Amino acid sequence: MHEHDVIVVGAGGAGLRAAIAAQEAGADVAIVSKLHPVRSHTGAAEGGINAALRDADSWEDHAYDTMKGSDYLGDAPAVEALCQESPEEVIQLEHWGMPFSREEDGRVSQRPFGGLSFPRTTYAGAETGHQMLHTMYEQVVKRGITVYDEWHVMELAVTDEDDPADRTCHGVVAYDIQSGEVSGFRAENGVILATGGMGQVFDHTTNAVANTGDGVAMAYRAGVPMEDMEFIQFHPTTLPSTGVLISEGVRGEGGILYNEDGERFMFEHGYANNDGELASRDVVSRAELTEVNEGRGIEDEYVHLDMRHLGEERILDRLENILHLAEDFEGADGLTEPMPVKPGQHYAMGGIETNEFGETVIGGLYAAGECACASVHGANRLGGNALPELIVFGKRAGRHAAGEEMGEAEVTTGKQGDWEPTDYEFEVEVGETGGQGPAAADGGAVATDPDGVLKTEVERAKARVEELLARKGRNHAEIRSKVQQTMTANVNVFREEGRLEETLGDLREAREAYKDVAVSDPSRTFNTDLIHTMETRNILDIAEALTMGALAREEFRGAHWRKEHQERKDENWLKHTLISWNDGEPELWYKPTILEGENKTYEPKNRSY
Amino acid sequence: MSTQTPKQTDESSETDAETEVPSKGDERRDEKRRRAAEERARRQAEEAEKAAADEETVELKVFRYDPEIEGKQEPRFDTFHVPFTKGMTVLDALMYSRDTYDSSLTFRHSCRQAVCGSDAMFVNGGQKLACKTQISELEEPIRVEPLPHADVEKDLVVDLEHFYDQMEAVEPYFQTNEYPDGELEEQRQTRENREKIKMSTRCIWCSACMSSCNIAAGDNEYLGPAAINKAYRFAMDDREGEEIKQKRLEIIEQEHGVWRCQTQFSCTEVCPKDIPLTEHIQELKREAVKNNLKFW
Repeated sequence: MHEHDVIVVGAGGAGLRAAIAAQEAGADVAIVSKLHPVRSHTGAAEGGINAALRDADSWEDHAYDTMKGSDYLGDAPAVEALCQESPEEVIQLEHWGMPFSREEDGRVSQRPFGGLSFPRTTYAGAETGHQMLHTMYEQVVKRGITVYDEWHVMELAVTDEDDPADRTCHGVVAYDIQSGEVSGFRAENGVILATGGMGQVFDHTTNAVANTGDGVAMAYRAGVPMEDMEFIQFHPTTLPSTGVLISEGVRGEGGILYNEDGERFMFEHGYANNDGELASRDVVSRAELTEVNEGRGIEDEYVHLDMRHLGEERILDRLENILHLAEDFEGADGLTEPMPVKPGQHYAMGGIETNEFGETVIGGLYAAGECACASVHGANRLGGNALPELIVFGKRAGRHAAGEEMGEAEVTTGKQGDWEPTDYEFEVEVGETGGQGPAAADGGAVATDPDGVLKTEVERAKARVEELLARKGRNHAEIRSKVQQTMTANVNVFREEGRLEETLGDLREAREAYKDVAVSDPSRTFNTDLIHTMETRNILDIAEALTMGALAREEFRGAHWRKEHQERKDENWLKHTLISWNDGEPELWYKPTILEGENKTYEPKNRSY
Repeated sequence: MSTQTPKQTDESSETDAETEVPSKGDERRDEKRRRAAEERARRQAEEAEKAAADEETVELKVFRYDPEIEGKQEPRFDTFHVPFTKGMTVLDALMYSRDTYDSSLTFRHSCRQAVCGSDAMFVNGGQKLACKTQISELEEPIRVEPLPHADVEKDLVVDLEHFYDQMEAVEPYFQTNEYPDGELEEQRQTRENREKIKMSTRCIWCSACMSSCNIAAGDNEYLGPAAINKAYRFAMDDREGEEIKQKRLEIIEQEHGVWRCQTQFSCTEVCPKDIPLTEHIQELKREAVKNNLKFW
């Protein structure tokens, strides 16, 4: 068993920042990650980091843009924390040597991004995430922070009181990919989940193969609700064949979208008469698919993104990486021809329910970054707001977990205050009764002893590994592939009731199939078959919660479009979707959005760009 | 170049001891392994038959090794036939092979877009990132092997610990003695200086360069191209200041530092991010010489 004050799960932007902050606050911290830190998907982020750095800009404007972008489903205390603290965090990165793009006077450059009222996106070429990830990993090396890399965290060690709010997290159980050893990691103060995205729930995604939503699913099964899972961002400019991302920076610098007829459709077909290509991502993605669906797409599949008019010099200076990506992954030369693009799954606005300090309803369990939902993005995330979330909330969670006093949270977790149950009834059975319970005990008594809880969880994990290796059954890959296909076909940019229900049926079948899953590689050495099989379970739990949330939310808000419900319904739906695992019988409930900020209330307005 | 599999040592005796008194679980596992091997052989035979009938497939010969699995302890090559699709990369073909034919086929991969640096391999005799290597540009059959000059853990996965150790040996983090006074003030950096370090900051730690380097192969303590490039990234960054630069030059001038490089350019040739590694090493040599002359 390994023991530390704080255990951080995941080593991307949020995890690294959390670890640094916890260590600075005096904690003995360790990072446990299934990938070596520099392999994390933060490295693929391209566009930039929003920060109100200049006199002509203000955090208040950034917060206003973010609340509007969220379609009023963001929680103001979290949004304001993001916007207030992003500038100091960006400067901190600069002081750690991050190679930002520069102005003539040597200051950090900023560019326009979709949905922003000021060009406040700081960036390092079109490889901002890569530079940010490496800069923070350098600081982890400098500080000698312990990293257990290529350890896959299987489950959390959580006590098993009836009410999740009474439970405590005492550590994690992880599987050493290199040796096959299962080991407990005891966390004296807290566990911070920073496991990133869940794009592998879909089959056309900008996300890495490793982005299987492990932290979200683990927290869910331990009793933490998943929040706003139906809100998935489909990025408007991904390469059709692979899903590789073409940065919003291309449009920020002046790139133009054309349909098959050469029309600049964002204006000519009235999707966004003011902002055109720089409208919010959900708006642009729907516009592109509408063009394709109405027969104006190229090869009935995609549209063109043209940046040739920016000129070679500017492209090489600010978007060079885009040229490489388009060339290597689509065979297109961005300097001489338009690039084919279509919407692809990109980001999960929802995730593990947390407050603005990253705390979940379970004591000692935190989440930060894309896996968490505080919520700063609400129904739609603005470009350039993901990276600041990693560093602002990673730091907050790290400090809080290390024991720093940070005041009272305004965002609630769990069933407090004005939460409400739902009367929505699903046609298809969801969840998994008879499966694993919420926590450590399996024999009646409530397990609360920290070491006992961890030990029980380790034994259970070992038994799970043995079972998967020993038995004969189906390979997970076909199950995963079916889930990805049905999700992409039916829970995409455009959503209809019948097809969402059909998807729940498909997921039911996938759950049944998964009961017979087995790992055919018997090796204890680097058994990726085993790891992927465990990940697929996480994908199943997330896909189901996502689809449930999408079915029940009968309105059109942000990234969530419903054919039968073509308007935002503020009177009923200014509230967050929560889904609790509830020992295998998922329960849907809601809690109100917090629109009251520090000095003002963000009144919902019609969202046009 | 040879592919190194770790020598079988006494560590395996633990497993031997277990097999002497097989438990029910072990028996079941052995049986399962045997069946899995048969199943694999059957599928591969089928697949070969199908491939012969279908010209639109590519043939991959993939290195296989597993220190604990009978039949894989001696390295071997397995053949996979994969239906070709336009734009298919070596990584796509490997994933297809794994998900369709043999789920034990093991390789690191994550981002699929040449930024995580996980999937550097030896493809048709050269260090490549599998995800950005187009099948259409390769001669068949395509030989896929783990990176040379590193211990193989299993199949295409190599032990990167030594590579990471070298990266960390050059104090790979920003250092400076002078920060601006203002609370929210950044350090200034000219565009020229940022441009100067830009290529060096693109390293994705894939270790293709280290694997390609003959000097690194013969001198295990040689820092290697990636680590020296990391040192370059900081030494050339004006924000660090002169004093720190002195320290950096001392680090890279050590016995197993820049002077080991014999400018064979193999690292530069294989770098998937087009970093001019050899030039960076040469430039550091010149800096070091200039620096030493100063004190004469």
